[in-house]
Amino acid sequence: MTISEEDVARIAHGIRTRVFEHVLRNGEGYLSQALSSAEIFALLYGGVLRLGPVDGSTTPAPFVGVPGRENPDYRSGDRFNGAPAPDRDRLIFSPAHYALVLYTALIEVGRLDSDALAAFNQDGSSLEMIGAEHSPGVATTTGSLAQALSQAAGIALARRMRGETGNTWVMMSDGEFQEGQTWEALSFASFHGLDRLRAVVDANGQQCDGRMCDVGEIEPLAERVTAFGWDAREVDGHDIDAMHTAMTAASDRPVLVIARTNPTQGVKVYEEKAPLLHTLRFASDEEKSRFEAAYREMTEAR
Amino acid sequence: MEMVTRPHVQNFIDWSKDRPEVLVLSADLTNSCEVGKWRDTYPDRFISAGMAEQNMMGVAAGLAREGFIPWIHTFAVFIYRRPYDQLAMSIAYPNLPVRMVGFLPGIVTPGGVTHQAIEDVAIMRATPNMTILETGDATEVESVLDVTEQVDGPVYIRMLRGRLPRLFPVEEPMRLGVSRELRSGRDVTIVTSGIATEEAMRATDVLAQHDIDATHVHVSTLKPFGDPLIEDAIARSSGPVVTLENHTTIGGLGSAVSEFVTDRGLGRRVIRMGLQDTYAHGASKDYLLEQYGLDAYALVHRIGSELGRELEITREEVSAAPVEAAAAVNAESL
Repeated sequence: MTISEEDVARIAHGIRTRVFEHVLRNGEGYLSQALSSAEIFALLYGGVLRLGPVDGSTTPAPFVGVPGRENPDYRSGDRFNGAPAPDRDRLIFSPAHYALVLYTALIEVGRLDSDALAAFNQDGSSLEMIGAEHSPGVATTTGSLAQALSQAAGIALARRMRGETGNTWVMMSDGEFQEGQTWEALSFASFHGLDRLRAVVDANGQQCDGRMCDVGEIEPLAERVTAFGWDAREVDGHDIDAMHTAMTAASDRPVLVIARTNPTQGVKVYEEKAPLLHTLRFASDEEKSRFEAAYREMTEAR
Repeated sequence: MEMVTRPHVQNFIDWSKDRPEVLVLSADLTNSCEVGKWRDTYPDRFISAGMAEQNMMGVAAGLAREGFIPWIHTFAVFIYRRPYDQLAMSIAYPNLPVRMVGFLPGIVTPGGVTHQAIEDVAIMRATPNMTILETGDATEVESVLDVTEQVDGPVYIRMLRGRLPRLFPVEEPMRLGVSRELRSGRDVTIVTSGIATEEAMRATDVLAQHDIDATHVHVSTLKPFGDPLIEDAIARSSGPVVTLENHTTIGGLGSAVSEFVTDRGLGRRVIRMGLQDTYAHGASKDYLLEQYGLDAYALVHRIGSELGRELEITREEVSAAPVEAAAAVNAESL
């Protein structure tokens, strides 16, 4: 597997600027998630994941109904990650409110049309605000947080039973470690020796109500996860080289990469809004103009 | 009446033999759910989830997405109560072929309120994509496995265990969406499911001895619900429709029949017998059925009273009524 640090940095920069632009145009949105996880998505889609080409068109279909007997042609958004194959990787996207980041990552790597965000959160579109199963890049229903890791464990178990060699990856948010199901899933995966299950968590320390340490502490996360039988790797989530090593080094256990990230990375003015960073809303035109200045500064940086 | 001991044990092993896609998931109730021997027969296809039902639902969903057919075996309460969000979002929404075998339906267990699934049918009926089957005897426990093969989506089964009556002939297996007309009469229509059917069979024998002729329909597909046989059965009798179920009267069989009668404009009174919006407690099945008015005696007297006949029938008289294997009436011919 070859990976270019420069390419990954370019993708990460593209994710940040594109999401920032969208949030400014929209007047509000999930910006902190893009700022913290840009390198995670850039690494996943920029070379860590072994994926096939998009299965079908890079143009997203409109919403075509929910799965069920009456809808036999239903397809999940997983096709944007390529057709499954025994030696390929899978990505199970867990924090569904990161959808804007996911769509943007797909755009940056050419898996989704560059103008696709025009349909974001529009009625009748599959690019829903909280990523749905039919949304590009999404394989399962995970808007109710902490359900993805269990489903990925089931997929990884099935793949092992079939002798497949590809990894099953989960992209997670740190708030999900407050849910009991996550710990059930961690126990299950280590007990069943699912060594081709890998997760990367955007540990930005933030949740709806504020800082996680003020709302519901999960630390020391690495020690806890290690005690559950996983290979926990704590790393600076913006350090591409270190992240790449942590994500790809071999292991005989399920792997959790704890990416320590900054929810205001690259947008210093955003620090003023702490500790409420979950969704960016502007208190005044003056405040918005300072964010616009920060956006111009970011776009000129490269 | 023939009694059969633990029919699920060997039947499920035999049925799984040439179905390598069938897996069993268990949450520490393997022998209690009669799959201990299955585990020993197919150890590579048995997945111990431990006491962690939320995760088990997600794992089952993942396995199903990859082409396996996971058969979750646990107590019904631990399927629909504790991990409902996981059941709904990980399994039901994507319409995955996960089979959820729920043991201890209603008040068949001395395990008390924590182990008694009294509102499972209500919750599962309200869950889109869900198919609900309920077993009423050994024949249905054996044949419900085949019925699931017609369902491309999740199936919830109210399963019986242990020593069971064989009310229906082996050559008349459970069929998806098809009810059984066990008796035809002009005075009242009785609709039952699960263990309530045996009680009703006993009751209709006693009623017949007192010149009350009931039509009796047994239902095993609770969702989707709508066998035309039920409409015919209701039309044939002049009296009310009486439902008896091992479940709360809100949202279960009684509600399904009421909706059916309303939707079709049949204009008939529906009397729903079952748990009257209450939790139960731990005690023997026979005691609980009597205590909560779910037994043959309660049904006999309720029907007598509704028809203006105060029947002088003792509990002993009802208990003494033998239940004959119901081969007399062929549902298809009616």
